[in-house]
Amino acid sequence: MPSKPRTLYEKIWDAHVVERQEDGTCLIYIDRHLVHEVTSPQAFEALRLSGRKVRRPDLTLAVPDHNLPTTPRLAPDGSRLPVADAQSAAQLAALEANAPSFGIEYIDAVAPEQGIVHVVGPEQGFSLPGTTIVCGDSHTAAHGGIGALAFGIGTSEVEHVLATQTLLLRPSKTMEVRVEGELGPGVTPKDLILHIIGVIGTAGGTGHVIEYRGPVFERMSVEGRLTVCNMSIEGGARAGLIAPDQTVFDYLEGRPYAPTDEAWDKAVDWWRSLATDECATFDKSVVIDASHVEPTVTWGTSPEDVVPIGGEVPAPESFADLSKQEAARKSLDYMGLSPGMPLEQVEVENIFIGSCTNSRIEDLRAAAAILKGRTKAHNVRWAIAVPGSGLVKRQAEEEGLDRIFTDAGFEWREPGCSACLAMNPDKVPPGERCASTSNRNFVGRQGPGSRTHLLSPAMAAAAAVTGRLTDVRKLLDV
Amino acid sequence: MKQVSTISGRAIPLGLKNVDTDVIIPAHWLKTVSREGLGKGAFESIRQTPGNPFDVEDFAGAPILIAGDNFGCGSSREHAAWAMLDMGLTAVIAPSFSDIFSGNAFKNGILAVELPQEQVDRLLEVAKDHPITIDLENQFVTTPFQDRFAFEVDPFRKHCLLNGLDEIGLTLERDAAIETHEKERADSLPWLDAPTRNRREHA
Repeated sequence: MPSKPRTLYEKIWDAHVVERQEDGTCLIYIDRHLVHEVTSPQAFEALRLSGRKVRRPDLTLAVPDHNLPTTPRLAPDGSRLPVADAQSAAQLAALEANAPSFGIEYIDAVAPEQGIVHVVGPEQGFSLPGTTIVCGDSHTAAHGGIGALAFGIGTSEVEHVLATQTLLLRPSKTMEVRVEGELGPGVTPKDLILHIIGVIGTAGGTGHVIEYRGPVFERMSVEGRLTVCNMSIEGGARAGLIAPDQTVFDYLEGRPYAPTDEAWDKAVDWWRSLATDECATFDKSVVIDASHVEPTVTWGTSPEDVVPIGGEVPAPESFADLSKQEAARKSLDYMGLSPGMPLEQVEVENIFIGSCTNSRIEDLRAAAAILKGRTKAHNVRWAIAVPGSGLVKRQAEEEGLDRIFTDAGFEWREPGCSACLAMNPDKVPPGERCASTSNRNFVGRQGPGSRTHLLSPAMAAAAAVTGRLTDVRKLLDV
Repeated sequence: MKQVSTISGRAIPLGLKNVDTDVIIPAHWLKTVSREGLGKGAFESIRQTPGNPFDVEDFAGAPILIAGDNFGCGSSREHAAWAMLDMGLTAVIAPSFSDIFSGNAFKNGILAVELPQEQVDRLLEVAKDHPITIDLENQFVTTPFQDRFAFEVDPFRKHCLLNGLDEIGLTLERDAAIETHEKERADSLPWLDAPTRNRREHA
């Protein structure tokens, strides 16, 4: 009897079931565990107190990212500069001590491979298709871009994975986001995922794992796929996936932690078998027409508050739902915006290009293409470009991108989470606006009172040049 | 995990939708290596607004919070659950929760009770002046009036909560099954083991 057609998610899930309980809860094996300094200290401490070991240190990789200042980390004499914030320094020191004491490989703050954990995983070939990947960070969803089942976990689950290399989970429902047609010129993967979140809402994917399907994704680079899957969590889904294909295999082959030789060939054969079967069904399905997607920005304090750049700030009354009307009023008040205002008239004082969503080489190239031969507007007080890893930084410098950024008036920084979440010195001052390539426009996300407009790297560069939110297509020869 | 069966007391009628974990505990509070003391930073931006429900004297020490749809969305930070526990909250009632938050709540013995919006609306009204009771064993939320709202709960989570079971301890008892899986995996998907060895071979 032929087996039931399965989705990509179901195939990965089935391959990782250690045991299935009667009530449907499954013990799921975890192939890769990424650890950073913010969500791990309490887990290591609990292991220590209970006398438990890390079951598979060889499947675990630790790297600091959230707290690290993005200013130079080495003094001219080559010695490491201290982290000024005492609490940040203590948290970073805890990881630096915990990793070796539990036998876990650690990439230190000044290693060339250091970077944001979700940039480092795929870049090092540590993240692989068909694997289960977890990290104490909700943007672990990013690794779905290479076809891994990857999701964020809390610290108790970090401890559970460290101790047992498994998690107790119930299977998720499946959701297909099918994108038909082609994206127009100047429209990027970031615009697409913002548009998708606008369509499904921030709770649209709750309880589901999303699979992004359609020709747009087949043609999309790995960097673009990582951007799309990264923000699955902003659509409520704990994980997002794109079927692994030759584009992914070409990206991964030869990377430091990736398999080699015969093991590589065997792996690729298995990875090819993972694509969703033709007749498989999804619990939920959404179809998007790519030709309707425009360069997109957020106007409010929820990632679902999106509007095409040519649009206006919506009136709260335009929403059918009464509680959404109330939320929109609060958002507009916080954001200092009025209904009917064209988005292109919104002036910005800060520009942030970086984060696990948009700090890879393609993102920096896209922004640099707009900035080349141009400079930031006078009203732009602060503009920073923060590469996602030391290797991205080095490649960008080899391509001369750093000079384009600095010539345009940007600061060129060391890798880290930076201004995405106000845990390190990179913050947006109260009441000021930031055109940001990050993933969350929540109240206070980039610092108390900060006002965030999410957009693509090219759009952030365009905003830097004009000093206001701008349709990047006006600066392109299209 | 501590044992949980019935939670009874005042309930803070917050009612807001999409309360994200950045709102529950902002990032600058996450620079700690402890689970303790985060209550001071809980709901910081809401508490800065005059007249917010957290500052109403009647709700001091209330064990229950009532919120809107999609509670706990956003960041996976378990600090959100720790901050709520530290301020005395041991249950949240809402029409829906983010997946990661509901897991984090459970691991910390916080009940995340899902009820339809109209029942949540009724509880928001009652909570202004009266206590609420959540009975986990029988899966009912009741008020001093005639209200009796049934809720669903994952049977495994319920079992762990009622008996105060340590999940890691339970899983460690499955060691033989995990080992079997690891052996099968090493045979069928051999490239998954020892990624660090690959790294050395490349070097």
